[in-house]
Amino acid sequence: MLLLAEQILNGLQLGITLFLMSAGLTLVFGIMQVINLAHGSFYMIGAYLGATAFAATGSFFAGIAAALCGSALAGMLVEFLVLRRLYYREHLDQVLATFGLIMFFNELTRMIWGRQPLFMNPPSWLEGSIELLPGLIYPVYRLAVIATGLLVALLLWFLFSRTRLGMQIRAGASNRQMIGALGVNIRLLYTLVFGLGTLLAGLAGVMAGPILSVESGMGESILILTFVVIVIGGIGSIRGAVVGALLVGLVDTLGRAFLPMIFRIFLDNAYADGVAASIASMAIYILMAATLIWRPRGLFPAHG
Amino acid sequence: MKNPLITFVFVGLLLSFHNGFAEPVKIGMITTLSTKAGYLGEDIRDGFMLAMSQENGKLGGIPVELLVEDDDAKPEKGKQIADRYIVKDGIKILTGIVFSNVAMAVVPKVVRENVVYLSANAGPSKLAGDGCSENYFSVSYQNDNLDEVVGQYVTKVGHKNVYLVAPNYPAGKDHLAGFKRYYKGAITGEVYTKLGQADYAAEIAAIRAAKPEAVFFFLPGGMGINFLKQFSQSGLNQTIALYGPAFSFDERLLKAVGPAALGVKNGSQWSHDLDNAANKQFVAAFRQAYGRTPTLYASQGYDTARLIGSALQAVEGKLDDLGPFKTALKAAHFDSVRGNFSFGKNQHPVQDLYIREVVKTADGEYTNRTIEKVFENHVDAYAAECKM
Amino acid sequence: MHYFTRKSIVIAAGGVFFAILPLLAASFGKEYLVSLFSRILIYSIAAVSLDLLLGFAGLISLGHAAFVGVGAYTVGIFFFHGFEAQPLFGFIPGSENGLIVFPLAMLISALFALIIGALSLRTSGMHFIMITLAFAQMTYYFSVGLEKYGGDDGLSLYSRNSFPGLDLSRDYHFYYLCLILLFLFLIFIYRLVNSRFGLVIRGASSNSRRIQALGVNPYHYKLACFVIAGAGAGLAGALLANQTEYVSPGLMHWTVSGELMVMVLLGGLGTIFGPVLGAATFLLLEEFLTMYTEHWMLYMGPILVLVVIFAKRGVFGLLAGLERRHD
Repeated sequence: MLLLAEQILNGLQLGITLFLMSAGLTLVFGIMQVINLAHGSFYMIGAYLGATAFAATGSFFAGIAAALCGSALAGMLVEFLVLRRLYYREHLDQVLATFGLIMFFNELTRMIWGRQPLFMNPPSWLEGSIELLPGLIYPVYRLAVIATGLLVALLLWFLFSRTRLGMQIRAGASNRQMIGALGVNIRLLYTLVFGLGTLLAGLAGVMAGPILSVESGMGESILILTFVVIVIGGIGSIRGAVVGALLVGLVDTLGRAFLPMIFRIFLDNAYADGVAASIASMAIYILMAATLIWRPRGLFPAHG
Repeated sequence: MKNPLITFVFVGLLLSFHNGFAEPVKIGMITTLSTKAGYLGEDIRDGFMLAMSQENGKLGGIPVELLVEDDDAKPEKGKQIADRYIVKDGIKILTGIVFSNVAMAVVPKVVRENVVYLSANAGPSKLAGDGCSENYFSVSYQNDNLDEVVGQYVTKVGHKNVYLVAPNYPAGKDHLAGFKRYYKGAITGEVYTKLGQADYAAEIAAIRAAKPEAVFFFLPGGMGINFLKQFSQSGLNQTIALYGPAFSFDERLLKAVGPAALGVKNGSQWSHDLDNAANKQFVAAFRQAYGRTPTLYASQGYDTARLIGSALQAVEGKLDDLGPFKTALKAAHFDSVRGNFSFGKNQHPVQDLYIREVVKTADGEYTNRTIEKVFENHVDAYAAECKM
Repeated sequence: MHYFTRKSIVIAAGGVFFAILPLLAASFGKEYLVSLFSRILIYSIAAVSLDLLLGFAGLISLGHAAFVGVGAYTVGIFFFHGFEAQPLFGFIPGSENGLIVFPLAMLISALFALIIGALSLRTSGMHFIMITLAFAQMTYYFSVGLEKYGGDDGLSLYSRNSFPGLDLSRDYHFYYLCLILLFLFLIFIYRLVNSRFGLVIRGASSNSRRIQALGVNPYHYKLACFVIAGAGAGLAGALLANQTEYVSPGLMHWTVSGELMVMVLLGGLGTIFGPVLGAATFLLLEEFLTMYTEHWMLYMGPILVLVVIFAKRGVFGLLAGLERRHD
């Protein structure tokens, strides 16, 4: 039972990280109708800048600040230089241009920071584990990641339902023409939204830094998971991103944790381990394909 | 990054003209310089080039020209480069491949085309066993070696039950099999993870529940960093001993792992603190040339270059008939930085294997300290299957 | 009919160039180019088959490499069972005869495409991009788990397939086999696109409702298109397995699908012949940049971005002076 509780927490934590990534991506798609494969690159930029600033200053908050500023600025720059020209183009063009950006950013980080992975640990005040329940020991840092993610979700909710900017963004998501007619500066709005999306990706990156290895190309593995999340949730829907992220986080974690045990009941051990591991690594793709076959526009379609 | 390379080639050419030789011996290096694993190839290359620069662009007194190209960790690309090296550049000596899958795409084919391949890293079991060839030499290890030594050591220490972790692909299973070959205790659990997996929370929770005395893991590259960090954050490193092959503990990777790797014991055929003259000279020269401590990959690149040098010297640079050259290679008349080194009948190393521990030095660096020699003149498990 | 349009001259020139390339390579002493250009021809087949989806059916598939991989694995697995003399599933004998395994590779790839396509075509737009990606990832992880066939380490073939009258181990023979297959495939696709079937397909991608009003169900036509493209990719996979004498899951990695898309766009979307030029440009550029610098991706990335933004017609469009394509 305790093991199940711990695994659910693990799934939750993965889901939260995925939510931060997918919230930005789904916004960008919902509002600008742009598919951005390079979203993972901003996650990587966040992690690299965060690790560098943390190492240089010794302050974790300085690391977070550097990651947020850096990824938001890099995002807005990319929007200004490249993506702005692709808003009214086909998805295919967007896929290819952002595919090129991935290559560029991966090589750039290798050139600046070298080929070896970067070091980043949690700050000393978030190190170690605590006992949540008798027998249920959990790393403090992961709890902090969960808390941060929930806080961001709350802030986003506030932004979208309580502020003027949020209203404009939502209006833009459901009707592009109308928002222009209302006299809002669309170009600026787009740049801001894109910056917000990459900022969230950068935050996810810097928070993943102490858990994962900070290396060139780290953005792609999470990028694919992020796409799975928003496609399951419904493209353009923040609510869908929340549900999709948690679903993917839980299915992936619980699949890896419990499938081998289940298969061992039916098959001999060595064979069961291999089969279970193969199925566990395909689990989220199966989930996604099943969702789309059942509801071709995802769980919470944003546009009609 | 590429400037020193060009300089070396240039110096090599210059000297060859000076000495009145028409053509330097060309050596083709196919290695991984991009992708996450790019630093492995970089170290192999830098180790190799160090040997060349110490002889001013020669190896064994014979001028050489090193051609290096990035295979992007893609088998197809490695194959493409090998084709070009052989057909266009007329290269007879190839080396450098980092990954077993690239090696399996390139090696079986090139050795049939009468090209000598010297492995500076990957040592897949197929090439040590029934796929062995008289044109193939492994200067590094057979993949399972570094796991076997840990298995032997864990048995000796007396751990009664061990939990095993590896990615779900054949190399992962091979490495665990290598461990099990010499480990005599019980196995509490055996988990295969997704290749390239980032988060190991689920596996770590399962380990916590299984309460083993020790964990043995084979997770190369970034996977190992992730696992070590997360294992340490879970607090399990206080109660469960961690073991692995050297692949997750080279000096450049330890920089990224930091304190999370402290005290972890790992198996290797080389360490920078091995006490022999060739090694001391190599470590000092490498540090001076590149400003970092060499990894085992760098030591393999260096040994490969020196082995080639010893053979080139023996045949006076003549490669028209590869027979004498191969005989000279097989004799392995060079001072390996590993100390003890010779070739077995499948032309894989017969060498000593060590257990090392990750320690923190006085100036705050994380590095390996050799604890003990576990195997002496160890022969790999596949040598018997080689019909040569 | 104008036989001497710029377009037809470009196509004819390209054809002549590919036909005499081995002679050129031999006379300039650059024989290694033959194997590089074989690879270009093979990727051309895959890219042309993808162009059928991207350029004509309006189906943006980000999982095309999966079918290349299935084709390659078919050749690899049959070779393995033939070489080891143990029948597949206990009763199907292995084979290294190209006349058997090439059609089989196409058939099995087409079957995969039929299943994946039937499910994926329930979605559209961005969802279609992602679901094809998901299926490709599933195939990728499935092949990583194929322990018997080397899993992630891949499967090494001892030699190339046998074809009556040809010795594929000789690069020239292999090159001309690739060239002939590409030629046949191009003719097939060209005739397909200009048939009634092609009209329906193009109609369905630009105005689905009008086509439906004509009493045609676009789903079946799109699915047929997907299956044909899958078979084409399977053929490319079979050739690729022969060229490298090796198959591995890396063939199905999503970045390979991305690269195939790049080739199509680089050459000229919806031009049939363009993707051949695209494949040539991409692979030559990659080869050239890697010879020059380790940091080739730093240049390749921005080149792609610039091509997308500025050279919308692709290389073929540029040479043949085609109209800007309509968005």
